[in-house]
Amino acid sequence: MSHSETAHGHGDGHGGHASVGFYWMIAIILTVITAVEVAVFYIPALHPVLPPVLLILSAAKFALVVMFFMHLKFDSKVFSGVFLAGLAIATFMVSALFLLYHWLPAVEAKL
Amino acid sequence: MANAAAAPHEHYTSTGLDSWKVGFWTFIGSECLFFGSLISTYMVYKGASITGPYPHEILDIPLTSISTFVLLMSSTAMVLGLDGVQRGSKKLALIWLGMVILLGCTFLGFQVYEFNHFVHEGLTLHTNVFGSSFFVLTGFHGAHVTVGVIWLTILWFRVLMGKLPPQKSLQVEIAGLYWHFVDIVWIVIFTLVYLIQ
Repeated sequence: MSHSETAHGHGDGHGGHASVGFYWMIAIILTVITAVEVAVFYIPALHPVLPPVLLILSAAKFALVVMFFMHLKFDSKVFSGVFLAGLAIATFMVSALFLLYHWLPAVEAKL
Repeated sequence: MANAAAAPHEHYTSTGLDSWKVGFWTFIGSECLFFGSLISTYMVYKGASITGPYPHEILDIPLTSISTFVLLMSSTAMVLGLDGVQRGSKKLALIWLGMVILLGCTFLGFQVYEFNHFVHEGLTLHTNVFGSSFFVLTGFHGAHVTVGVIWLTILWFRVLMGKLPPQKSLQVEIAGLYWHFVDIVWIVIFTLVYLIQ
């Protein structure tokens, strides 16, 4: 695999590879998103929409690392399936417990 | 199985995939559930502390932003280190894997400083539910980073001794998967614990 080769996949479990420049581009994007997250945190006008904005930015960073640094985008779909199954159950569990034990009691207390 | 003869260092399953990678991705899937349970605990008890210190009084966003940047850069160094090993460049592999170890230790240094600062401010594991859930969540993450640093240090010495040729790059790739997973867990923790208070 050439050093300067651009990203592409094998699909045979060996993982794809990207050029060094591509990895640096992902690193810059991750840094910019983190800077935006921190900036958003310090802007009072954005506080009402802070959770959804931060969750979207965080999900974007998460996806970039998983797809390009962990090579899931170029690797076998089996690995994506195994990882996403665990992630989906974990996300469901966090959401369900948060809604049942944090959000719902707070709503009931207001009524 | 014909592939196994062509690549003696890799162990293929009936799917044609390397068994180490299948096993490690399954482990990462289970780790999602492990950290999911710790994050759930933190979220459920969020705002439930009846005594201080409270998150908004004690969490240092500028400091944690820097440590988050450090961990993100360590992930970049990790892919560059793997690239070096796969290309058979011992020099690049040593530089970038060394950089990952250095950045990992820097992140741990930030965490030790933060924990020490919190204890001095009166927040311990026993102070309130925020303290309990915060220290357990971030402490387990820190323990994972520590394991990653030790693992990568062993690989760094193997590269130094010339025991990691490109044919054995899978060892570095799997360590890289672990390191990137630790990074994505921190991405979630940084948002849910530090920024959404």
